[in-house]
Amino acid sequence: MVEQIGVFNYWIVIALMMTGLYVVISCRNMVKKIIGLNLFQGSVFILYISMGKVEGGTAPILASDFTSYSNPLPHVLILTAIVVGVATTALGLALIVRIHDRYGTVEEDAIQNLDREV
Amino acid sequence: MEAHLPVLVVLGPLMAAPLAVMFANARLAWWLAFLVSIACAWFAVNLLLLVQDGGAISYELGQWPAPWGIELKVDRLNAIVLTLVSAMSAIVLPFAAASVSDEVAPDRTYLFYTCWMLCLCGLLGITVTGDAFNVFVFLEVSSLSTYVLVSLSQRREALVAAFRYLIMGTVGATFILIGIGLIYMMTGTLNMADMAERIQATSHLRPVQAGIAFILVGIAVKMALFPVHMWLPGAYTHAPMAVTAFLAATATKVAVYLLVRFTFTIFGAELIFGTMQVGMPLALLGGAAALVGSLMALSHGTDVKRVLAYSSLAQIGYMAVGIGTGMVLAFAGALLHLVNHAIMKSALFMALGAARKQGRDDTLDPLAGAGRRMPITMTCFSIAGASLVGIPLTAGFLSKWYLVVGTFERGWWALAILTIITSLMAALYMGRILERIWMHEPDAGTPTSEGSWLMWLPLVVLAVANLYFGIETEFTATVTLEAARELLGGWKP
Repeated sequence: MVEQIGVFNYWIVIALMMTGLYVVISCRNMVKKIIGLNLFQGSVFILYISMGKVEGGTAPILASDFTSYSNPLPHVLILTAIVVGVATTALGLALIVRIHDRYGTVEEDAIQNLDREV
Repeated sequence: MEAHLPVLVVLGPLMAAPLAVMFANARLAWWLAFLVSIACAWFAVNLLLLVQDGGAISYELGQWPAPWGIELKVDRLNAIVLTLVSAMSAIVLPFAAASVSDEVAPDRTYLFYTCWMLCLCGLLGITVTGDAFNVFVFLEVSSLSTYVLVSLSQRREALVAAFRYLIMGTVGATFILIGIGLIYMMTGTLNMADMAERIQATSHLRPVQAGIAFILVGIAVKMALFPVHMWLPGAYTHAPMAVTAFLAATATKVAVYLLVRFTFTIFGAELIFGTMQVGMPLALLGGAAALVGSLMALSHGTDVKRVLAYSSLAQIGYMAVGIGTGMVLAFAGALLHLVNHAIMKSALFMALGAARKQGRDDTLDPLAGAGRRMPITMTCFSIAGASLVGIPLTAGFLSKWYLVVGTFERGWWALAILTIITSLMAALYMGRILERIWMHEPDAGTPTSEGSWLMWLPLVVLAVANLYFGIETEFTATVTLEAARELLGGWKP
């Protein structure tokens, strides 16, 4: 039981990851797809942040009272990935705006029908 | 200068891109992109000459020593890919100068070239880096700019294709990110060489094996391996012609390179083919890709651009078969096919683009009789088409020969025969197009003349390359066989 609580973060990661991926695959609405993509990426952020934790370690700031520190590297890495995620979301939403201008809808099914008519 | 070559390849396009935005001038942006591509190609050729004797160059970014700092590493394998990518950019750009005016809004053309440079920067970065996390960052640099390049076409279908590509591409890249994270968790390193050493002691652990699986699936999405290829036909069909020619030659090829790099340099053939048994599934997926790609190409007879896009799918499949066998000969064939397919497919797309630019649709009918009106362009198209089928004396023959023989050696005769059958199918769908081009009378829709030299000169260069690498096989065969032997490291199935 205690071990299960210890890996609580990772259960959250799995739940979020699967929810996000499911939304991306199943939703036909483009905005919802972007929301799913964000959930999916968010789970990876938590994964990276969780793995930096060292048991009994403190924040990685040098101080004479502490000898054990958590690993700050994954946090720095994921900062980059968060920036990439924001850029992807921005680009995805910009594309959706343009698609809405040209098609008048953001539903994949409706767009497929419109393409077929031409 | 010579010591800084590995970083210059990435810095050149990265620095030139914001310059192009600042001046906001299409012509200037084109010159910047062209000069930067030429410079990168020159750097890459120099690097190739430096590592040709088998040595590797390591560059410590900011003089932080590996494994703590980011290391750039050039060896024989990625020097070839660097040369290929930057040279293809330099060759396709003149074609872009002549063709984008029809496809991209004039006030956005400078942004088109900016994204082109960023894409080039990302692709070269993926290839040159020796750091696993860096791979993800450069992957996203190239991917984000690719989505924009695809969407810049004025057809509205391009927007949807770009959006689908964005969703699939991001999921793929995030899979790679998860995999790198899981492996970092167990090995505590991101440096590829360091990771390769430490992963052997931890390879029995579940997170490491899951990480490897995540990375392989992520790369499969990026290289458009069946069944995660759905983004490719749409993106290739609706993107501006120059972008399709450039992407077909570089983006999926860099992903294949990434698969080779992760599989052999980091994980090692023993772990991937021995412990995890990835070889057979990979080869089977490759075979399925070859079959499905060829069948779809046959069934889309009227839309030539789509036919060529589906044929790309099949060619990626051949490369997966070659890598999956784990035999030196078939693997060398896959590496050879990586280069050959780049030069043949971008030639085909550019010839099609030239034909379309001269006043025709890219459907089969208006190509009728084009051979009489555009002899240079269509001769190049035919040579590249022959190379795609794998006719002797063209580049495509040698790589397919190696692939088939290597697959037979492995004992997977069904896959080898499938490779031959799908090549015959390629002969069918290419033959059908060629027959329209050469055997039919020009009609009212047929344009009267050859396009501008900007369009046919790059084509001639690629067509000559297809013939040259088909006749003078000594050099390419030796290099790829040596690279394959080195990467497999004596592993035998």
